[in-house]
Amino acid sequence: MATSPRPPQNTGLKLDHVRISVNGAQLCDVDLTVGAGEIVTLMGPSGVGKSSLLAYICGTLAHGFDVAGGVFLNGTRIDNLPPQDCHVGILFQDDLLFPHLSVGGNLAFALPAKIRGRARRLAAVEQALITADMAGFATRDPATLSGGQRARVAVMRVLLSQPSALLLDEPFSKLDATLRDQFRRFVFDQARQKALPTLMVTHDPDDASATGGPILAMTPQNHRTVGGG
Amino acid sequence: MPKLLKYAPGLTVVLMVGPLLAGLLGTVLPAFGYLPALGGGQASLAAWRALFAQPGLLISVRLSATTGLLATAISFGVVMLFCAAWQGTRAFDLMQRVLAPILSVPHAAAAFGIAFLIAPSGWIVRVFAALGGWDRPADIVTVQDGWGLALVAGLVAKEVPFLFLMTLGALPQADGERTRHVALTLGYGRVAGWFKTVLPRIYPQIKLPVFAVLAYSASVVDVAMILAPTTPAPLAVRILHWLSDPDLSMRFMASAAALVQLGVVVGLIALWWGFEKLVARFGRGWAEAGGRYRCEGSVRALGAVAALIAAGMVLLGIAGLAVWSIAGFWRFPDMLPGQWSVKLWLRELPALGDDVINTVVIGGAAVVLAIILVVACLEREQRNAATSRPGRGALWLIYVPLLMPQISFMFGLQVFFTFLGLERTLVSVVLAHLVFVLPYVFLSLADPFRALDPRYRQTALCLGASPDRVFWRVILPLLTRPVLAAIAVGFAVSVGQYLPTLLIGAGRFATLTTDAVALAAGNDRRMIGIYGVLQTVLPFVGFGIAMLVPAILFCRRRGMRRDI
Repeated sequence: MATSPRPPQNTGLKLDHVRISVNGAQLCDVDLTVGAGEIVTLMGPSGVGKSSLLAYICGTLAHGFDVAGGVFLNGTRIDNLPPQDCHVGILFQDDLLFPHLSVGGNLAFALPAKIRGRARRLAAVEQALITADMAGFATRDPATLSGGQRARVAVMRVLLSQPSALLLDEPFSKLDATLRDQFRRFVFDQARQKALPTLMVTHDPDDASATGGPILAMTPQNHRTVGGG
Repeated sequence: MPKLLKYAPGLTVVLMVGPLLAGLLGTVLPAFGYLPALGGGQASLAAWRALFAQPGLLISVRLSATTGLLATAISFGVVMLFCAAWQGTRAFDLMQRVLAPILSVPHAAAAFGIAFLIAPSGWIVRVFAALGGWDRPADIVTVQDGWGLALVAGLVAKEVPFLFLMTLGALPQADGERTRHVALTLGYGRVAGWFKTVLPRIYPQIKLPVFAVLAYSASVVDVAMILAPTTPAPLAVRILHWLSDPDLSMRFMASAAALVQLGVVVGLIALWWGFEKLVARFGRGWAEAGGRYRCEGSVRALGAVAALIAAGMVLLGIAGLAVWSIAGFWRFPDMLPGQWSVKLWLRELPALGDDVINTVVIGGAAVVLAIILVVACLEREQRNAATSRPGRGALWLIYVPLLMPQISFMFGLQVFFTFLGLERTLVSVVLAHLVFVLPYVFLSLADPFRALDPRYRQTALCLGASPDRVFWRVILPLLTRPVLAAIAVGFAVSVGQYLPTLLIGAGRFATLTTDAVALAAGNDRRMIGIYGVLQTVLPFVGFGIAMLVPAILFCRRRGMRRDI
């Protein structure tokens, strides 16, 4: 399939020779740019540092790792910023909805404070629910939703926080086959609509081919190959 | 908030270890003759000469050491045997459920309950009397027996649940369930398999609690005043008497004795530690010898019976206290009183009210300070997860107040507070309680706090929320249950404190516990019953609130019903 031309350097998510090592052993060495609306897949066996890389990008990497290189989002270096200032949204394989808040509460938590006024905030939450095909669910207890519904709420929660990039850490691996296909399309559509540079980590070749974007195979031997999507 | 977080660990350590060091100094100096307030201006060994001239000193020391060691060994043995024989069964789950209420019973109340139970006119003898047709109590000494066996029983009944709780905390971390299964599939009997595979893995984690039990048992004052022999009493009790002597010069000798008490505890811990090394050495050979020990019915039964007795003694004891508190005329050997009366309760109500207020104010203040500090320490640890990880040393620090005999530094602390001009104030009593409340609050909250899925915090941060907002809106609500439980634990610890309230408050703050223990000398069972029951009820109410509040708060959130 045809690859779109690389966007200019000051847009998108750029990983500038990011090398993560632990106890002197190098896990990965990645140099790539994810353009606006582009979805890049990282594939590889466990232990090659895929999740560590995502954690590093969004600023939540635990101690004990040595990292070189830089992460730039729309031209701004973000890997020295605290996670709340990175504007990078992340979805894990668990939805991680806050169990003490309602569905609407979860979404409102993500909505930036600059959107003021109760009515406006409620409207934004309801709009997100409509997008997720879940109109009227705002007052529901997350624990009463189906797996697919919870996953969609988790996506809408990330999008409401108005991120400038999206990271997907095997977000489809816990859904069953039929649901997975639907949900995958939903997530990708949303990411493209919002023109988010999106980086996905997965074990599943189907996930990778569904993106229509580049696939980066990470191997334990510290080298990588780029294949066309 | 970042300011508080930054200083919380330091402040916590200072508040926990500071009084200990100050108190120790305030004990060491008088022991060698230096206490200007009482006219001791220069170093001398007079206090030591006076101490060694005390009649029966050696007997007191021996009694403290033997009862402490025996109580710890039995408690440890019962808990290990029970876990080995019953882990993964319904009986085990059941025991976990009765654990919290038993743990929340203050030591003194449990001791009174057990005293009532085993007394010559208690329920146990009454059962035999009813069967044997006796019409008067047996003429035997059961409570305050010369060997201190009643004291050992009282300690075991309260230390078994504590060690059980600590073991429950260690089992998942040591992968106890799967380890046990591996041993079973290799053809080992339950008990032998557990001792050979699980015990070596959990022991490092329950070692400090075991030491704490040893230190406590060998230096306990309140339980000993109720259950231990009096001629002579264990060392710690005699030290308290010397400290309370109107002759102030006795305090020099008491300080020297407090150091001896510290030495006894250190010696016992060293002894246990040496024995543990020996067992580890021979235990490896035993494990590798491959014996399966599959006929174990009687061993398993023993484990169950021992655990049942330990739990039953406390529960029946409290029931006994409750019955005595409303008993009218109670003929021997009837199992229940012939008449009931609440007259005494009504008469005592005003005095009880004051005691309850003092107990709640002191406990409330200590636990509020403790929970703020502990939560701040843990929150800081999680926020700094990217840069550092707390070492194992921190855990030893937490246990220092639990390893140090109270009597060895409480008097010194009193001297120190006097020096600061804080003697007999609420502040100093609360600070003294805090020394013991802090470790328990920390121990009870640390595991759940650290076990919370870190991705909740990461997700919330990546949604753009500030760390403070994430703490108040996500972390704290998610941890409502364990935080309230830790508060209840801390409150229960404070309610049970005897020495800190008595010595630091210098008698100014009468709490349920100080008044209850004061009744030990007399023999008014109904009064003891009233105070014992109230002492038990108060922490129980705390645990009740800690369970009820989250249930109400999150009644419409199914995901919050279990601990996450």
